[in-house]
Formats: sequence, structure tokens, C-alpha cells
Amino acid sequence: MNGVRVAGVGLTKFGRHSERTGRDLFAEAALHAMEDAGVPRDDVEGLNYGNFMGALAEHQGHQAPLMAEAAGLTCPATRYEEACASAGVAAREAVKSIRSGEADVILAGGMERMTNLSTAATTEALAIAADELFEVRQGMTFPGAYALMARAYFETFGGDREDLAHVAVKNHANAVSNEYAQYQREITVEEAMESVPVAEPLHLFDACPITDGASALVFVSEAYAETHDIDAPVAVVGTGQGSDNLALHDREHLAQTPAATRAAEMAYDEAGIGPDDVEVAEVHDCFTIAEVLALESLGLYEPGEAIGAARRGETTRDGRLPVNLSGGLKAKGHPVGATGGSQIVELTRLLRGDHPNSDVVPDARVGVTHNAGGTVASAVVHVLEVAE
Amino acid sequence: MSGDDASPRDAGYDDWLDALAAGDGYYLACENGHGSLPPRRVCPHCGSSALSEVDLPDSGNVETFTVVHVAAPSFVDDAPYVTAVVDFGDVRLTGVVRDVAPEDVTVGTAVGVDVGTKTTDGERLVVFHPR
Ligand SMILES: [Zn+2]
Repeated sequence: MNGVRVAGVGLTKFGRHSERTGRDLFAEAALHAMEDAGVPRDDVEGLNYGNFMGALAEHQGHQAPLMAEAAGLTCPATRYEEACASAGVAAREAVKSIRSGEADVILAGGMERMTNLSTAATTEALAIAADELFEVRQGMTFPGAYALMARAYFETFGGDREDLAHVAVKNHANAVSNEYAQYQREITVEEAMESVPVAEPLHLFDACPITDGASALVFVSEAYAETHDIDAPVAVVGTGQGSDNLALHDREHLAQTPAATRAAEMAYDEAGIGPDDVEVAEVHDCFTIAEVLALESLGLYEPGEAIGAARRGETTRDGRLPVNLSGGLKAKGHPVGATGGSQIVELTRLLRGDHPNSDVVPDARVGVTHNAGGTVASAVVHVLEVAE
Repeated sequence: MSGDDASPRDAGYDDWLDALAAGDGYYLACENGHGSLPPRRVCPHCGSSALSEVDLPDSGNVETFTVVHVAAPSFVDDAPYVTAVVDFGDVRLTGVVRDVAPEDVTVGTAVGVDVGTKTTDGERLVVFHPR
């Protein structure tokens, strides 16, 4: 099996770019990634592109060849769609192609354009990640789904809104120095608690913002990096994916996300590590409760224990396990189809030392990314390691 | 997206909703006692293709719920509303809780199930009423 390295990373600034087209956003990220990698475009053998709602937001289907063209590529291009986990899956498939020897260089990433729609239209678009018949037609929204999980969690394990507010405060604090983040500002627990309700028990500051943006990664084989003298110190040593019933009510537990547990076990096994070896994590906090569920599904906390992690200062920047040093989806922003790629971008920067928050984890060698789709009917986990 | 006769039916789902509206609600069960909702060709839990219709109990209990303030366009005139997941034993349903103030809904509340229509567009949906 061929080893896989992250040779280059690229992001657009996440935020409100309502007039910028998807093709322009993705091209910016892709060109950054290829420049960062020092890999000529003719060497790219495939584009794995993640996107969720482009057919609704831009009335544009068949986006992969369009995005390849925008990035100056003539290689085969394929779009991956698993709601908010789209780019995570695109990256995972890139890793698998390189490992198998099928390819030496793959560009993977994603793009979402969202703010050109009204908030109401975006709410409707995001809801299609849920079961149309038995959830969406019954009034389930994306925040509503996580609110159902949050209340189920409180009922099963305890915890309250203030615990969740600490997750938001932590992630906002982490985003201050991240030049790509949508909200580079701190918030207080009081602000979070007093924000308007969206879907109770979740309020506005429990939710990630609506974001436009793109992410891109150049993955290469170890052999390619060696022959071409590419500086790529970060290796992808584990990848895993899990699926679950699409409708939340069909799952055994409403406050657990076993698809992510399966993905994590697969990724840890490949990497030859366990949860105790993880030194830094970027997890899918589309809502504050989602970070709690993520930490438990990754085995970093026992079920019922992660709710107080931020409040106790364990996952803050000065804690024993810093989580979402990028600012997370909460403060960095969540361009749905780009998010899974951006997590790998941020973790790579953290590990190789060129992230504004790298000095928080100067000695970290092992990190994980956790990318989830819908109410975690899809989950993708990657383990990244600084190579010897 | 209006509720007129031109709306295409979703076989299985709309038949199930018709039955629920007529007071003949059901779910699907395999020989291993796993519940699921139609349309189904196999049990999502064990893969059995021996599925039969079983009467939905008259009453279930709210397992979790949310008060939705920010609604999609198709629910905008219905907001705020309460969406709940209700446990009926072998199967759970998601629907909107009506005839009770949102602050009076609690986990464990016993509810019956029916089909109602939305204020926003007259489309049908699963409705729960406290019993
Ligand atoms: Zn079964």
C-alpha cells in the first residue's frame, strides 16, 4: 500500500461572498493548493470535488468538470455528495486511489455557495439532507434535528445550555487569529445564552453561520513526493467512513452517532493508534451539541462525558486536548460541501507549523478530523501524522 | 408546492398517511420484531423481506422535541411549532405536536397520532395530540 502525503492546501476566506460564483471560489482554493504543493497542474490525475446544494443555490448540476476547468485541469473530475460530509468523502476517495497505486496525485476539496440565497431558502436547502418523507415534511429543519439530539442528550446524560455555550465561546476564541475564519471575534457565555432561539433548546449562537467558501488539498504518493522533491511532512495514515439510517428516529439512540464511531475505529486501526494517541482534533461542530457527540463517537470521551469538556477547560486551547483550533464550523464557518476538506487543511497547517494556532500545539504529531453529514448518517474520519 | 390535486403522490408514504388519517395507522414489522416505515422491501435492521403491516398503538410517548422558530418557507406560517420524535414501541415517528402550548410539552408526554394540514400551504403532515 502506497503512503499518502498532504502536499498542498488551499482555502478561500470563509464568509459572505454572495456575488462570487462557485467556480471562482473553487478555483481560488485549488490554485492555492497547487501552488502550496509545488505540483504542476499536468501532474494532477484526478479531481475529487465535494458539493451539496449547488443545484439549488446556483442552478448548476454537473459541477465537477466545471470546477476542473476553473482550476485549469483537464483530468477526470467527479463530484461527491454526502451532505456536509461531501468533501470528507472526496478526500477519502483520493487517499484510497493513491494507496491502491491507481494515481500519484489527486486534487480533492469542495465548494459551497450559500449566502446568495435567503436564510429561509437556505433553511429549506439544508433540510434536504434529512429524510424528505418522514422528517422534512414533518417540519424537521437542520437546526431542529440537532435540537432533537441535544434534548435527547440532556435527558439521557444531563448537561444544559450553558455547557453548550462554552463550546461556542471556545471555538470563537480559537478563530480570532485564523485569517480564513468567518468570525474572527470572541463571544461571551452570556451573549450565547441570550441569543435568539432557533430551534429550542438551540439558540443562534449554538449554530454555525451560513457561509460561502472552498477548500482544496493536493494529495500525493510518498514515492511521488520523494522523486519530485516535494516537501510534504504530513501523512494521511488512517481513513474511515460510516453510514447510518437517514432518519434520526430510526436510530437506536438519539444522542449517539455510531456512524462516526465506525469511521473512527476504521481510521484508528489503519493508523495503528487509539483515541489516547490523539493530540489535536478538528471536529464537525455544525451545532455546539455536535461537537459533544463527535468527541464521544471518536472515543475521546465516554458517552455522557464530553458535554462539560469545554466548560472544564479540557478542549480549550490551553487544555489537554485542544479541539477546533481553527474556530470549527461554529466560528470559521461552514460552506457545507467544502467543510470536510477545510478540516484537513486546518489540521495539516496545525501539524506542519504554519497555522496561526500552531504554537498552541508545538509538539503535536497526531491529529484527527471528523466530518459529518446530516444528523451523522454519514461520517468520515481521517488520522494525520507528522511523518518521521 | 401547493396542496392541490396536482401534487404527485408518493406511493407507500401517501398510502400510509391515508391509513393514519382514517384511524388505521400501521407500521411494518419483520419476524424479528423490528419496526420500520413504508415503502420498504426489506427490514432495515436485519434484511428480512417478510414484512407485514402491524397496527400502530393508539398512544406513544414524546422521546425528544424542539420548538422550531426559524422555519423553512413551507412551514413559515406554522412557526413557532413543536417537532417531536414519539416512541410507539417498535417504531418511532417524527411529527408536529398540536393542541398544547410549547412550554407544556415535556419528554414523556403521552400523545395520540393523526394527520393534519399545515397553515402555510395546506399540505398534510403527521400530527400528535396530548392524550
Ligand atoms: Zn428485521
